Amino acid sequence: MSVLEARNAIVKRGGRTIFGPASVRIGAGEMTALIGPNGSGKSTLLRLFAGLWRPDGGEMLLDGNAIHSLARKEIARRVAFVPQEIQIDFAFTVGEILAMGRYAHRGQFSPQSQVDHAAINSAAAYCDITHLIDRAINTLSGGERQRVLIARSLVVEPEFILLDEPTANLDIHHALDVLQLCESLSHKGKTVIVATHDFNLVTRHVTRLILLQGGLLIAQGPQEEVLGPETIREVFQVEAEMVPMKTGHPVYVFHQRTRETHDFRASR
Amino acid sequence: MNAIAPSDPLANVSSRSRLHLSIFYGFLLPIVCLSLLAGVGIGSTHISWSTILRVAELKLLPQAWTSSVPVTKADEVIVWLIRVPRVIVAFFVGAGLAAAGVLLQALFRNPLAEPGLVGAGEGAVLGGVISFVTGWSATSVLSLPLMAMVGALLALFIVYAMSTRGGVTPVATLLLAGVATSALLSAVASLLLSVNIVNWQIAQEIVFWMMGGLDARTWTHVWLCAPFVVLGIVASLIQTRDLDLLQLGEETAASFGVDVESSKRMLTLTAAILTGAAVAVAGLIGFVGLLVPHAVRLILGPSNRTLLPASALTGGAFLVLCDLLARTIHPPTEIRLGIVTALCGGPLFIYLLLRQYRGVAN
Repeated sequence: MSVLEARNAIVKRGGRTIFGPASVRIGAGEMTALIGPNGSGKSTLLRLFAGLWRPDGGEMLLDGNAIHSLARKEIARRVAFVPQEIQIDFAFTVGEILAMGRYAHRGQFSPQSQVDHAAINSAAAYCDITHLIDRAINTLSGGERQRVLIARSLVVEPEFILLDEPTANLDIHHALDVLQLCESLSHKGKTVIVATHDFNLVTRHVTRLILLQGGLLIAQGPQEEVLGPETIREVFQVEAEMVPMKTGHPVYVFHQRTRETHDFRASR
Repeated sequence: MNAIAPSDPLANVSSRSRLHLSIFYGFLLPIVCLSLLAGVGIGSTHISWSTILRVAELKLLPQAWTSSVPVTKADEVIVWLIRVPRVIVAFFVGAGLAAAGVLLQALFRNPLAEPGLVGAGEGAVLGGVISFVTGWSATSVLSLPLMAMVGALLALFIVYAMSTRGGVTPVATLLLAGVATSALLSAVASLLLSVNIVNWQIAQEIVFWMMGGLDARTWTHVWLCAPFVVLGIVASLIQTRDLDLLQLGEETAASFGVDVESSKRMLTLTAAILTGAAVAVAGLIGFVGLLVPHAVRLILGPSNRTLLPASALTGGAFLVLCDLLARTIHPPTEIRLGIVTALCGGPLFIYLLLRQYRGVAN
């Protein structure tokens, strides 16, 4: 089983360190959530893992090899990235969008093979979008579009699937739908990493939480260890009450903002 | 999640687009042929079709095969040295501009991008002016298209650097950067022209060329333009899969394995070759690169593998017909070709712009 790892990874912008140093290992069919308030570095860590950004210090490793030393296509075949919903001005059909997922597997001139074909079909079926295959992407609803983007990442047949705020623009029904889909992928042996600020939604689906604030890793582990009321108060600046649910996972009810904020970077 | 085996959805997609494609070419190819024939056959001087056929026979077939019906020297000159090269140049200029439009729309992820709009056209004009005023164009005919390509390339780099941040190009920034760069480059071109007027005749020639048009195109112009346009289109066809992914955004393209930086460099270079080759022989002709890809995309969809060759052919036929219109609508004077293409393309541009802003507002 492959492992994605950050070793003292740092990202700088304009001479300032905006992320890290952070060290974390993710592997072996886990489903992990990167959580934290806006600007905490979730998306940054996700892009480092996907090899889209190169760390300005430290290392990002895929099975012990520096990610940026691998060919772009090699990374793409192993680590899929599902961007936050983006505006697409061109009316590609869902079928065309899915077929693009085979880019890293096909030569520039080779026609679509049986294998490509099968990968596209099974991804479409798995995400339940087979009936949308002829529709133009810009005519779909938010939930449908998110499923298409996830299906496209499955077409790649990757080991890792990284999702950036997959539920951000979805209503509760479609949000749960998407998370269920992600969880079922992790049961199929894919390693899933979800960046989200809505931890109430993800906690029951994930095996591990990684909490970030101000570009630093604050805590990681199962929900009980990471998300206590004190941590939530310090990181998210809200009071949280844990309400036990039938499913076994407590949900959080939030109220009243606290005055003082805790600066983790300053206190290090 | 869904265990039911689907009926093969992709077979469905490909057969659907193949049907579209065959019908499309079924219409397009006769239109291309008819436009070329009409371009040669129709003009301010009436020449009968049989005379045209005779000239073609004289020029294309071996001596022994030709019949002995005589053709006047005047007819021969009009058909073979005036009309045929003009129609061929029109075709390749149209094809080049349309293909450049497809590339630029993918590069800027915006259906409004067009050689004339993102500075490439004015860059090519400036390159051409430089090769005129330095006298290079007199020493080597090739210097004109080459300098035009270099100019287009530089302009594209400037506009791209100005309008794109983190792989995102907002419409407003793109248009402003394009307009500003175009204005600057054309001012430099005019400046060079006004301080270098040594020979009134050459200056007139340059001004005429800057305005755009296909008057007095010769076989030399065919050879200066056609090979580069063919090269550019072949190079673009190699990049169609990168183009598709780039159209969805740079980050997406990178995450699916596209080497974004090198792919963008290749694309910019190809677009500059196509724009430079077209501008070098016809001056700046606007809106072809906007109008044609847009129309073809409406019919065939945005997939670049089908869009690119179809747009190039359509662009060729379109410009041949526009040129025919320009020289026959108000005889004996010719209307500038740019007026005809702007009359067709302007309204479409305004429509697209309004629609994009409405899209943003929603």
